[in-house]
Parts: sequence; C-alpha cells; structure tokens
Amino acid sequence: MVLISPSKLNHLLTENNCYSVSSSLISSTAVRSFMTRGNRMKISKLVAGISLALGLAMAAQAAEVEVLHWWTSGGEAKSVAELKKMLEAKGHEWKDFAVAGGGGESAMTVLKSRVVSGNPPAAAQIKGPSIQEWGDEGVLADLDGVAKAEVWDKLLPSVVADVMKYKGKYVAVPVNVHRVNWMWANPEVFKKAGATVPTTWDEFFVAADKIKAAGITAVAHGGQPWQDATMFESVVLGVGGADFYTKAFVALDPKTLNSPTMINALNTFHKIKAYTDPGSPGRDWNLATAMVINGEAGMQFMGDWAKGEFTAAGKVPGKDYLCVAAPGTADDFTFNIDSFVMFDLNDKELQKGQNDLASTILSPAFQEIFNLNKGSIPARLNLPMDKFDDCAKLSAKDFVSTAKANTLVPSMAHGMSTFSSIQGAIYDTVTEFYNSDSMTAEAAAEKLVKAVAAASAE
Amino acid sequence: MMSVNRVLIYSLLAFAALVYLMPLAVMLITSLKDLDEIRSGTLLSLPQALNFDAWGKAWGTACTGVSCEGLKGYFWNSVLIVVPAVVISTIFGAVNGYVLTKWKFWGSNLFFGMLLIGTMIPFQVILLPMARTLGFLGLAGTTTGLIMVHTIYGLAFTTLFFRNYYISIPTELVNAARIDGAGFWMIFFRIILPVSAPIVVVSVIWQFTQIWNDFLFGVVYSAGDAQPITVALNNLVNTSTGVKEYNVDMAAAIIAALPTLLVYIVAGKYFVKGLTAGAVKG
Amino acid sequence: MNISSRPRQSFGEYLPKLVVAPTFVAALVFIYGFMLLNTWLSFSSSRMLPKYDWAGTIQYEKLFANDRWWVAAENLMLFGALFIGICLLLGLFLAIFLDQKIRGEGAIRTIYLYPMALSFIVTGTAWKWILNPELGIQRLVREMGFESFTFDWLVNTDMAIYTVVIAGVWQSSGFVMALCLAGLRGVDENIIKAARVDGASMPLIYRKIIIPGLRPVFFSALIVLTHIAIKSFDLIVALTGGGPGFATDVPATFMYTYAFTRGQIGLGSASSIMMLLAVTSIIVPYLYSELRKKNDER
Repeated sequence: MVLISPSKLNHLLTENNCYSVSSSLISSTAVRSFMTRGNRMKISKLVAGISLALGLAMAAQAAEVEVLHWWTSGGEAKSVAELKKMLEAKGHEWKDFAVAGGGGESAMTVLKSRVVSGNPPAAAQIKGPSIQEWGDEGVLADLDGVAKAEVWDKLLPSVVADVMKYKGKYVAVPVNVHRVNWMWANPEVFKKAGATVPTTWDEFFVAADKIKAAGITAVAHGGQPWQDATMFESVVLGVGGADFYTKAFVALDPKTLNSPTMINALNTFHKIKAYTDPGSPGRDWNLATAMVINGEAGMQFMGDWAKGEFTAAGKVPGKDYLCVAAPGTADDFTFNIDSFVMFDLNDKELQKGQNDLASTILSPAFQEIFNLNKGSIPARLNLPMDKFDDCAKLSAKDFVSTAKANTLVPSMAHGMSTFSSIQGAIYDTVTEFYNSDSMTAEAAAEKLVKAVAAASAE
Repeated sequence: MMSVNRVLIYSLLAFAALVYLMPLAVMLITSLKDLDEIRSGTLLSLPQALNFDAWGKAWGTACTGVSCEGLKGYFWNSVLIVVPAVVISTIFGAVNGYVLTKWKFWGSNLFFGMLLIGTMIPFQVILLPMARTLGFLGLAGTTTGLIMVHTIYGLAFTTLFFRNYYISIPTELVNAARIDGAGFWMIFFRIILPVSAPIVVVSVIWQFTQIWNDFLFGVVYSAGDAQPITVALNNLVNTSTGVKEYNVDMAAAIIAALPTLLVYIVAGKYFVKGLTAGAVKG
Repeated sequence: MNISSRPRQSFGEYLPKLVVAPTFVAALVFIYGFMLLNTWLSFSSSRMLPKYDWAGTIQYEKLFANDRWWVAAENLMLFGALFIGICLLLGLFLAIFLDQKIRGEGAIRTIYLYPMALSFIVTGTAWKWILNPELGIQRLVREMGFESFTFDWLVNTDMAIYTVVIAGVWQSSGFVMALCLAGLRGVDENIIKAARVDGASMPLIYRKIIIPGLRPVFFSALIVLTHIAIKSFDLIVALTGGGPGFATDVPATFMYTYAFTRGQIGLGSASSIMMLLAVTSIIVPYLYSELRKKNDER
C-alpha cells in the first residue's frame, strides 16, 4: 500500500527496527483520502497502523526536528552545526534541510510547496514582516508557552520582540542582529592613495577620487539587485537621516519618496557607480569583499556578515581592515534580524522539539557562539561581549544607544521594513536607475512612488 | 587533392567544433588547477601539473551546510528517480504513439495537439498545485512523487517522438495483420515494437537528459536526503567557505554531468540514427 | 469474422482509447486542470500562498502597468526570435556541411551535440567566466596584444540579452543539427541524381529540393526550440540572474520572482497566463495547419 510516512515516524521505525523497510505509516491526510474512497479494508489496516505508530511515538524519546535554512557557507554553516549539536544534546534529532543560494529564494519556493502540500518542516528561517504574512496564513505555531516561561519580553529589546510577534503572541525566535550600514575599508589602500576614511558623503567622493587616481578600484560592489539596494539604503540614511529614512521606507510616504532629499540621495548613489570596476555586475558579495581583503579595492558597503570573510582570511579589525559606519550614518543603525519560525504541527513530540529548539536558540551559549561565527551581535540584551571583536562591540553599543535616540531603523534592503512585494518594487526601481545611464534621479523618484503604490495595492 | 571547397568546409566545421568545446574545456582545465593557478592564469592557460584533488573533494568531502559528504550520496538518488521515470514515460509514449497513428479515433489529432500545447506550459506555474496534489496523494517529499511528476511532464515529448516515428510505418501492414485476426497488443508487440529500437533510443536519451538535469522539481518535491544530484550541486556551488573553490565547483559540475555526457557520447550515433529513421518525418 | 469474436471486437474498439486514457487524464488534470487553477489565481487576490477568491482584473491591470513585465516580454520576443532563428540556420548549415562525407563525422557530431546533455546549472559558471570582461574572452584577446578589444556584453544593460542568445544557441543548435542531418539522410538520393543530370547546381538543389523537403524537421525543431525558449529559466538565472538590473528578465523569471520571491502569486499567475496566451496564439495556428496538412496527405 502506498501511504505517507511522516519523516519522523519513519525514522523512529528504522531506529527501533521493528518494521521492515517496506512498511509504511500514515498521516491524517492519507486517512482522509482513503476515507473518501470508502475503502474499509484499507482503513482498518490504517487504524492498526496508526495505533502502532502512536504507540511507537510515545515510546520514543526523540523528535526529528526538520529545520529549513540557507546557511550553508563558512561561518554560517559553523553556526548551524553548533545549533544542531545543542539540540541533539537535548535529546532531539536534527534533520538538516538546507537549500543554498539566492539569499534564500530557492528555500522560500521549497517552503511554500511544502506548506501547500501539508508537509511543512518543523522550523524555517523567516524574518521581518514576512513573519506577519505567514501568520496571516494561519500555519505558524504559538511559542507563547516557552516565551512566557523564559520571560522573553525581558530578554529581548522591544524592537526585536515586536518583529517576532504575530497578534501579540510569539511565533518566531531571533538569532541575531545584523547592522547593515557598515562600510568596510582597507587601510593599506587608503594609505597608498593618501586618502582619509570618510565620515560624510562629500569626504567619501574626495577619498574615492584619490583611490581611483592611485589606480585602485575605489568601491568593491557586486551588481545584484539586493546589493544595489543595500548600498542605496545606506546612502539614503546618510543623506536624509533616520527620520527621513523611516518616512520613506517604513511609512512609504509618497511625498518623501519623491522629495528633493530623495533625489539628492539618488544622485549620490548613482555617482558611486563611476568608482566601481567594470566586472561588478552580477558579482557575489563575498567576492567583492575579497577585493577589499586583497587590496584590489578600497571599500565596500555591506552588512556585518562581510566580517566573516575578513575573519576567515585571518584579518584583524582595526589593523588589516576597518569597520566604520557608512558616511553620515555614525549615529544611525539599520538592523537586520535573522529569525526562525515554527510551523504548527500536530505531533506532541515535535512540538516539544520545537519549544526546545526555540529555547536553545535564545540561550546565552548559542547566542554567543553563533554570533561570534556570523559577525552579528546577539539579539538578547545584556550578554557579555568580551569575546567579540571591536566591530561587534561597537555595533552592540550603537544598537542600544540608537534605540534610545530613535535612530534605530529596519533595513529595507533586507526585508525588515516592508512586505517582500514592496521591497521588490523598490529593488526594481533602484537597480534600474543604478544600471541606467540615461534615467534621471527625478524620473527614478517618480517611478519609486508609482512602483511602491502598485505593489501595496491589494 | 582536396578542393578549395572541401578545405573551407573542414575548417568551418573544425572552428565550430572548437567553439562548441570551449565551455567544457574551461571547466575541465579549471577543475585540474589549484586555486593559485586559477587566480594567476587566464581562462585557458593549462595547469602546470594534473591535480585531481578538486575531483576527490567534489565527490567525497565538499561541505554544504552541516554535512561534508560531497556529491557521492546524491548520485544514486538521481538514478533512483531517473530510471523509473524514463522507463514509464517511454512505455506510455510508445503506446500513445502507436494508438495515435495506427488506431486513430475521433479526436485523436486534437488530443495530440492538446498534448503538444501542454509542453509550452511553464513549469513554475504547476509547482504549487502539484505540491498540493502530491500532498493529497500522500506522495509529498517522496521519490515516488517525484517520479510521477517527471513521468507526467515527459509524456508529451515521448508521445511526440513515437508518433512521428510510427507514422512512417505503413498502415497497410497493420491493417493486413488486423484482417488476419491479430489484436491490438499482438500487432504492437509483433510488428511495431521490433522496429522501434531507434526511436526508443531517442526517447530514452531525451528523457534521461531532461530528468537528470532537472533542478526545479527536484528541489521542490524531494525530501532532504533523497535529493537529486542537481540540487546537491546547486548547494555545493552556492556554498563557499572563505574562498570560492572554483576548481571544486567545476569538478562537481562535470561529475554531475558525466552520466548524460556519457549517454550522448556512447549513444549519440543511435540518437541521430533514430531521428533519421523517422522521428523527423512529420 | 465469426460471431464468437464479437465481444472481443467491441472490447478491441475501446482498447486503444483505454490505452491512451491515462495520458489523456494526466494531461487534462495536470496540464489543463492546473492551467485553469492558474487562471483562477490570476483573477484572485493571492499573495504569499494561493487564495481562491475573486478580485477581478486587478492583477492584469497591475501587470500591464509594470515596466519590468514589458521588459521581460520584449526580451522573450527578442530572445525567442534570435534563438530560434539562429539555431535553425546554424543547425541547418552545420548539418549540410557535415553531410558532405566528412571524415570524423561521428566525433564532430558528438561535439556539436554534447551541450544538450548539460544543464545550465552546470555550464552557467563556465559561460559567466567566458563572457566576463575581466576574466574571459576580452582579457584573452587583450593579452594577445589587442589592447582596445572590448567584449563586455554580459555587463552591458543593452547587450546582455544577446549573451543569453549566444549561450542558448550553443546549447541547442547541436540538437537542430542532428535533426537536420537526420532529415538530409532521409532525402531520396535518386531525386538529387536526377536533378544533377538535368544540370542543376548543388546550391540550387539544396534551395529548391532538399531544404523544402525538410519541412517536417523544422516542425519538430520549432516545437522543441519554442519549448526551450519559453522555459529558458536556468539559462537566465545561471548566466545573468536577470541582470544587470532586470535587463535580461524574461517572463519565466518574472513569474518566478513575483510568485515565489515577492509573495505576489496573483500577479505572477497573470503573467504566466499572458505568456501562455501569447505562445498559443503563435503555436496553435501553426500546429493546426501542420496537422491538417498531414491529414489531407493521408
């Protein structure tokens, strides 16, 4: 008979060895589909199978927790391996469901298919307003139990906690906080060119000119839409400030999107293109980082995951490379929080596995080791930062101070400020403008308003 | 003595051959270099020494996520998916082609046209409905489900091949057999099938290549440890630790492509023969 | 025929239909059924996951107001026309040349054919390198001494789509070559001989007799090439990722981006319906005339 075997039960079977490989178990969907056919014989067999399966499930201690993620590279992979170890220490099985590439685009496609087929993984890497979208679909598990028990409200800054909640209840658990508005610089290159590290956009172009004159690529950039947007949001923040940024990318105010300040920001952004090399279109971000590491380029605008590349190359912050806020954004902080959501599953063991996973993710030990590997800072408040490097320390300090000063803003480029549809609309306009030599900033600003309006309409 | 014309033809063909070979050459050369050589040399500069480390790594130890097992485990997964799907879709294609040419019924041409238009449907469209269907059938995340998907969406092409081939078999032959009292299957097995070898080769090659190279269905419908090799390759290529190991990427790419390459090299002759024998006669 | 065979006879009448029934049902459900579902979605308000409600034509209005969609549609026209045209021409010429009793034909044929065996997941990276100005052909030629040689189509917004054509032709022209070669081998030698006796030159024979005789070959090739062109998804993703910007976006990548990455399934569905409509409006008349003709000949 052709029946479903939920991976977990299947696994139990093989572990307990009481079934041969050919035997299969059943999920409720299978039961329903057989019921409709009214095949009594099969149903009675199924019932027998179910009771057997339940018996087995109860006897077993471990749940196989399937986790969908796209952290397959370098420091990220190491971090996930830590999480796996810790979960296994709590007696659960970790089933790795990694889909690499495209910043999780393939992974999202797979996830949607799995949810539609009624077979979601236990946990998946989802962040920002997308959590609300998934919440609307009614497929997420409620984590309020474990959140109350561990008093997450006290552990997490309210900015972070708000993102994790759907209708007031925790449905997601944060792993880290990335700062996006960084500029990574190679001091050697600056010295060679006789330039100083810029703190405003005017200074930036002076420095970039000098580096260019010295025959070195001033800005290492990968011409992919998300990288264009990452650079763009730093420019907007630097030119317009945090209030302007929030009005533009969170409130999506049309007047702000098409304002002289935005046009100024667009012009500044486009001007940077002249300081990149001709090989930049399509380049992956880590290859652009490698250019800064190797002294082939002076600076790069990228979030703090870039630090992982420097660390992997054995470079020391402050000496081999500099992490400074993007020009004009020293007092601001664009955040990007990675998180996991849990899917609503019926199985009691799996639910326990999910809760254990959630509490492991928020444990100080994991938060520390994960973020040491990934380059970000812990999402939890008041963790000791001694093991972290200077860049992370600065980030942690700025995170707290900007939160107080109201200059802590969600990253548009990384899907923290809007739904993916609006984010995509902004991407399109930004990347089209960046890649076009004939489009004016005025036209781009107008287009921005139109695209955002079209994407927000139901 | 060769005429000027023939020299011209030979040099044109040779030049084209070089151009066609270039991407494969680039991949092969790169896979045999170490990373320093890749960085310092150009695309086509030959490696100083043959270095098969990248191949070993791609096969056995390259990491994606938390596992470091290279491609070797996934090779077999692909075989498990490809073989049944190719066999089933070819069988159905053969029988369909037989009916559509020798047992025409009212609407059989319409049916064929309908199938052909079906080949134009972009696969992205069917991802989610198919996922729901597989879930309903209890086949979500199973190899069986994936085989089913590949079979269904391969039918149009296998039917096209067989139909176009069988159309050139004289219908009188079939009619004569019918008068002699031979039935539907008897005619198929005794008359049609024995002359079908060339087109079976075409269908098998086509389906094998399509299914082996599929990524979209594989990534969406397969469960974690039963993923086909293209998914593993994608994961491997999109994973880098510190530096991007182009030599390993290229070696992995060639490994993943070896079965289809082999099929084309070994059976390529029969492929053209099969096409000659009738697949191209509308 | 004796009486006892009558029940068999009537069963025999149904048998052929019964045999194609599974395929028919599969096509009906999994192709046309899903197409209908998709049509419904294109009139729904679906965002992240499918939602079967009714929202009127809003998704189509949004689609038509979307610049990126028109870029994608235009790209498919351009790419499709060039890709199919060049593949057919190149395939035909290679086949004609290869049909001149060439030594080593087998090897050369395999070389032309092998790209078809590889997926773009595999060859995408190699092509990216070859076309990249700082790594590939441009650098190679410059190092040979031609300092001012420029070949930067891959990173040039206006030219990038042509690099997709190049890679696409590389992959598929061998298949057309094989089809044409097969067609050429099927041409009756006697007709050619007779024409030669009448004093016709070879090019004339090709133009007037042989190539028109390849009509069925072009039919098969066209079906296969159209299928490949419309589904050119891997090709774009691996080579340009739709970039620079979205200059090389095609409907297949557009649909995927909106439906899966951006949570606008309604809009994505509308785009796929437009795509399907455009294709069928070209293919159906052609299919009709071809199938019709064969019926008449029979």
